[in-house]
Amino acid sequence: MNDQATASARLPLAKALNAGLRQAMRDDPKVLLMGEDIGPLGGVFRVTEGLHAEFGDKRVFDTPLAEAGIVGTAIGLAMRGYRPVCEIQFDGFVFPAFNQITTQLARQRTRHEGGVTMPVVIRIPYGGHIGSIEHHQESPEAYFAHTPGLRVVSPSNPHDAYWMLQEAIASDDPVIFFEPKSRYWPKGDVNFEEAGAPLHASRVVRPGADVTVVGHGAMVSVLLQAAEIAAGEGIDMEVIDLRSLSPIDYDPLLRSVTKTGRLVVAQEASGFVSVGSEIAATVTERAFYSLEAPVLRVSGFDTPFPPASVETHFLPSPDRVLEAVDRALAY
Amino acid sequence: MAATQNDASGSTVQLLSPEGTLQASAAADEFLPFLDRLDDDDYRRFYRDMAVVRRFDIEAANLQRQGQLALWVPSHGQEAAQVGSAYATRPQDHIFPSYREHVVGMIRGLDLVDVLRMLRGVTLGGWVPEEHGNFHLYTLVLASQTLHATGYAMGMQLDGTTATGDPDTDEAVIVYYGDGASSEGEANEALVYAASYQTPQVFFLQNNHWAISVPVTRQSRTPLYLRAAGFGMPSTQIDGNDVLASYAVSAKSLDDARAGKGPAFIEALTYRVGAHTTADDPTKYRTDDELASWVARDPIVRFRTYLQGQGASQQFFDDVEAEAADFAADARRRALTIEGPDTDVIFDHVYAGPHPRIEEQKAWLERYEASFEGGHA
Repeated sequence: MNDQATASARLPLAKALNAGLRQAMRDDPKVLLMGEDIGPLGGVFRVTEGLHAEFGDKRVFDTPLAEAGIVGTAIGLAMRGYRPVCEIQFDGFVFPAFNQITTQLARQRTRHEGGVTMPVVIRIPYGGHIGSIEHHQESPEAYFAHTPGLRVVSPSNPHDAYWMLQEAIASDDPVIFFEPKSRYWPKGDVNFEEAGAPLHASRVVRPGADVTVVGHGAMVSVLLQAAEIAAGEGIDMEVIDLRSLSPIDYDPLLRSVTKTGRLVVAQEASGFVSVGSEIAATVTERAFYSLEAPVLRVSGFDTPFPPASVETHFLPSPDRVLEAVDRALAY
Repeated sequence: MAATQNDASGSTVQLLSPEGTLQASAAADEFLPFLDRLDDDDYRRFYRDMAVVRRFDIEAANLQRQGQLALWVPSHGQEAAQVGSAYATRPQDHIFPSYREHVVGMIRGLDLVDVLRMLRGVTLGGWVPEEHGNFHLYTLVLASQTLHATGYAMGMQLDGTTATGDPDTDEAVIVYYGDGASSEGEANEALVYAASYQTPQVFFLQNNHWAISVPVTRQSRTPLYLRAAGFGMPSTQIDGNDVLASYAVSAKSLDDARAGKGPAFIEALTYRVGAHTTADDPTKYRTDDELASWVARDPIVRFRTYLQGQGASQQFFDDVEAEAADFAADARRRALTIEGPDTDVIFDHVYAGPHPRIEEQKAWLERYEASFEGGHA
């Protein structure tokens, strides 16, 4: 299935994405990469580095600086039978494409009564922790998870990045692919032979007995850090990597909550009308009699993402997660 | 009206004068040879299609007034721009309409009752483009389709099915939009992308002078066709009520697009004689004098005069009138029998792959509605 020289490697997430793109392009000549600065430069985060040289102008092309144009022309290319993978340079720059994504991309299949498929992937580096300027650190997942017709996923580690990106490209539905840019450079093991879990599966990444915590993308490493600290205090946290934000795979979550009776949902996004709100409501509906405490949310505040010098006060930290864990355990 | 910058000038291509006579002019000369491709039957078809869709348009508006359609979008007044450009396309071309190009669809093989299905609220689309002359679905968010058209044309380039030198197979795209949509950012992005990639594509802008109640003078301080130069794209302003100008200029632009000469832009000066939709009341925002001045330039009357001058018989016009009446009556009859879909349509086409939330909700609705059987509804 892949022609990596080795069965596994230790790679940064950004390089794993690069390997995933390369593999997808080798597997299917209809896969195209398009976006701003993704050609000879390799993208501002270098995720597409080397791909222009390998696949050429017709399959890896720089677009004019216009995001609605990127997504709108990708829709036309998909109608023509291509599988475009669009890069949006930063989270905050997806909004000029919002109309094309929500009123067009997400609905073409419905509007055509199944006669048209939209195998389009929109890659969006998202989230904080990188000390950058306005519109470069945001977590806009909820807008897209709220939109019928889209699939929304977010890998937390290099292995998942490699596999989930290829699965997203192979999907006949549009996939919004949120990449945790603060996790682009730490390395992790990538097994090139076995995916391990399907695209929309959530996964227990650290088993525990006392309280369940769930998050996606960069938040997973925060949750794992919190679990380490808690373990030192005798609290056994079960950590779940959500992986898919729409649809959400609730079974591992409900099994976990049935066991622990307590759930804390963590996210960088503002909490009001968020993916975390949805999880809290659904778990309460489905596991009410298993819950020993209300489902608690740890989120970014309901403010614009602040200046970077105070971002650590805005973003949920291991300590903020543990504060909520303590509250959940106090019931 | 202060619409002078949007009125015809010496550079506007007009082959047929408002009095219905063919005339030479500096602007028109390069396009006149394209009329050599047409024979008498083509001319009669142009007239027939314009007359039929005019009559259909009236019937559809009546159906809306009688509660049989949610909305109707009239094309009255714009028939020449649409018919001429539609006949300039070849079978392999792709057409991305806005939502008022009914006769373009008809010429490409669409059953206009399919348009009524959408406006009757039984479907969000209504037809399969590949089975109807590559006439794509209407797009209601203005200008969104301009980018789809450009992307589709990029796909033709990647496929190598254009600019091979074979006019029988080389493909092109034509996209329709209007003076109002020309202000949308996406219409401008489409022009940027088309120019950047030199797509095989024609932008066909029908300037019907009104975006619902807002005149084109509020959209633009410059004639719209002049904007194309800023994108590095050749453009032509035509008398959009002259079916021959619309045909000839569209034919040249599409030929160039198929031949690899890049995109082109056509502004067709025309007029929306009717309301924007049946939800609109144009007497609130425009004058009787303005309307009368455009009714006097009616595209069908003009072409009829021309054909009469060419010796068309009264019998021909009588036959077309009868055919148009039959067409409208048939559309009415069939429109009244359009039935709504079952509730599966809510769920079945949202995703290509499995989706647990949608499947659960579909099953829930079935159980919920079944729970009323034999009880209250």
